[in-house]
Amino acid sequence: MDINTKALKKNAFRITKERGLTASRIRVPGGHLDAKYLGEIQRIAETFGNGTVHITSRQGFEIPGIPFEKIPEVNKALQGLIDGLEINQEELNGGYPASGTRNITACIGNRVCPFACYDTTSFAKKIEKAVFPNDLHFKIALTGCPNDCVKVRMHDFGIMGMTLPQLETDRCVSCGACVKACKKKSVEALKSVNYRPQRDERRCIGCGECVLNCPNAAWTRSKTKYYRLTLFGRTGKKNPRLGEDFIKWADEDSIIKIILNTYDYVKEYIDPSAPGGKEHIGYIVDRTGFEEFKRWALRDVTLPEIAEVMTPMYWKGIKY
Amino acid sequence: MGFHVNNTVLNTIFETWQTEYNIYAPRKYPDGGRFSDTDCIRYGKIDTAEEIIFDKKSEYSFKEFLTPVSQTLFFFTEGETKEADIPQRKAIIFLRSCDLHALKRLDDMYLCNGPADYYYSRLRENIKIVLMGCEHSFENCFCVSMGTNRSSNYDMSIDRQADGTYLIDCKDADWEKQFAAAGCVQQEVSPSYVTENSITVTVPENLTAEAAGSKMWDDYDSRCINCGRCNFVCPTCTCFTMQDLFYSENGKAGERRRVWASCMVDGFTDVAGGGSCRQKNGQRMRFKVLHKVLDYKQRNGYHMCVGCGRCDDICPEYISFSNCVNRLQDAIMEVKQND
Repeated sequence: MDINTKALKKNAFRITKERGLTASRIRVPGGHLDAKYLGEIQRIAETFGNGTVHITSRQGFEIPGIPFEKIPEVNKALQGLIDGLEINQEELNGGYPASGTRNITACIGNRVCPFACYDTTSFAKKIEKAVFPNDLHFKIALTGCPNDCVKVRMHDFGIMGMTLPQLETDRCVSCGACVKACKKKSVEALKSVNYRPQRDERRCIGCGECVLNCPNAAWTRSKTKYYRLTLFGRTGKKNPRLGEDFIKWADEDSIIKIILNTYDYVKEYIDPSAPGGKEHIGYIVDRTGFEEFKRWALRDVTLPEIAEVMTPMYWKGIKY
Repeated sequence: MGFHVNNTVLNTIFETWQTEYNIYAPRKYPDGGRFSDTDCIRYGKIDTAEEIIFDKKSEYSFKEFLTPVSQTLFFFTEGETKEADIPQRKAIIFLRSCDLHALKRLDDMYLCNGPADYYYSRLRENIKIVLMGCEHSFENCFCVSMGTNRSSNYDMSIDRQADGTYLIDCKDADWEKQFAAAGCVQQEVSPSYVTENSITVTVPENLTAEAAGSKMWDDYDSRCINCGRCNFVCPTCTCFTMQDLFYSENGKAGERRRVWASCMVDGFTDVAGGGSCRQKNGQRMRFKVLHKVLDYKQRNGYHMCVGCGRCDDICPEYISFSNCVNRLQDAIMEVKQND
C-alpha cells in the first residue's frame, strides 16, 4: 500500500493505530449544526466506517474504521456537510482542504444561554471563513461570557463576550441586586454610593450580571458588543499554561485582523525544523519576545477607544 | 364620536398635541432586554404613531409617569430647602383596559385614602388617557376574571387596523374637532376588548386572612428569589421608600427623593432595632398575594389586582401569581381541616 500520509492528514484524515484504517474528521465551526447533518454523519459511519462516531474535544465528529481506499468516496459523501456548514473548500468532492487550523469551538452562546453576551456560533463561523483553510496549527475558541464554559484560556486565541453595562440612574430602585450579584458571582466592581450602584471601570469584566439581575431595567447592555481576547493558552507536553488577557473591550473586526496577522507572524518565525510543521504559537512568542509578536499582531488594527491592551504579557504554567 | 384615521393624519395631530404634551406609550427599546440581542417593550416617550407597540404586552406598566421610579421631592442645604421643579409638560398616556382599571386603584390610593398625595395629584391633573383596544388576550392575561377587560372612561380610544389605519373613538371635545377638521371619516367606533382569557382566576368567596396559615406559602420559600420584579411591573403596586442623600463633594447639601420599594425585596420590613417582619420569601409572597386579592378589597370593596399578568410574564422563576390565587381554595380547606 502506498499512501502519502502528509496529504492524507492535510485532507483531515488520521493515521490510526490500525494499519490501513483511517478516521475522517468533520469540522463544525461554532459547534452548532442543523440536526439533519447528524443523519449524514451516521450514513458515512455506517457505510464506510465501523458504525461508530466519536464526538471530538473540539466539537467536531470523527468517524473511525474507514479503509484508506474508501477516502475518495468518503470525501464525496462529505460534500453535503461541507456545503451545509459553509466550509471553505478548494476542490469539489475533495473533502477538507486543510486540518492544521483546528475546528473553531464555541459555547452555545446567546442563541440559548441567558448569560452569553453574543452569538458565539455566528462569530465562530465568521472567523472560520477568514482563516480556513490553513495548515498552521491554530486553536481558536469562543465563549459567550467570562464563565468561560468553553475554556478559551486553553486555546491560542480565546474570545470572551463582554457587555458594557449602561445605568439609567432614574430607574434604579436601590434594591442592591446588582451590587450583590457582582460581589457574589463576579468581581465586585459595583458598590453602593448614595443608594445607587457605582461601577469601577477598572474592575468590571463586562459579564452582564448587573443587567441580568436588575429587576427594573435600570441596567441595560451596550448596543456595541465587546470581547476579551486571551492569548496562547495551551495543553501539551513541555509547558501547559492558561491563556493570558491581551485586550479587554476589543471588537469583532480587530480580533479577526489580529488572528490573520498572527498567521503572517508565524510564517515568518516558525521553527523550520518543527516536527510536522507544527509548533504552538506560544513557543514562537517565547522565542521572539512578546513585543515582536505584538508589533505584528496589531498591524493595521484600530481598536475601540475603550479597549485596554495589556503589555507586557507574561505566562505561567508547569514547566518540564 | 368615532373616526377612521390614517397614519399621516394621526401623526399630524400628534404634532399639535406635542406642543403641550409628552405622549407616552408602550414602545420598543432595541437591545433593551436583559439577555443579549433581545428587545424590551416598555413605556416611553414616543414621537410618532408607528412607534407604539400594539401587538405585544409591555413588560412594565404606565405607572412610572404618575409614581416615578425615583422622584426628587426637594433639595436641602444648611438652613434652607427648595422644592424640586414641577414637571412642565402634560402627558398623554396610551394604555389598555386593565391599566385603566389600575389607574382607578392608583387614584383611590393616592387621592382618596386620607389626604390627597401632593406629588401624585399634580401629575394626575395633567394627563389624558388614550385606551388601546385589545383584539385578543395575551399570554398570562386574566382581565376577564378580574372584571377589568372593558373600560369607557377614556379621552380617546385607539385600535390599529391590519391595514395600518386606526379606528378612534374620541370623547375629548377639542380632539374631536381636530379629527373632524382633518377630514377623517366619521363612523361608529367602540374599542375592541376581550371576552375570554386562556387563564381563569377564581378568588374564593370565603377567603379570609386565615389562608395565611396554609403550608402552600412554604413552596415559595425556595422557589422565589425575592427580586421584586412582580412588584415593579405591577400597575397597582405603589409602595415607595424615602432616601435622604448628601452630595458627596459638599456634604451639607443634598436631596430627598422617594423611590419605588418592593415587599418582596430584602429590607422592606426592616424596623428600628434590627427587626424584620417577613424574612422568608413565602411569607412575602403570602403578604403580596393576600394584599392583592383580600386586604385591599376589605378596605375598598373591589380587588386590587387587575389581571394584567405582567407578574407572571416577568418572573424569572416561573412563579405564577394567577396559579397561586387559584390555589387559595385548597389553602382554605387545609386551614379549616387543621382547626
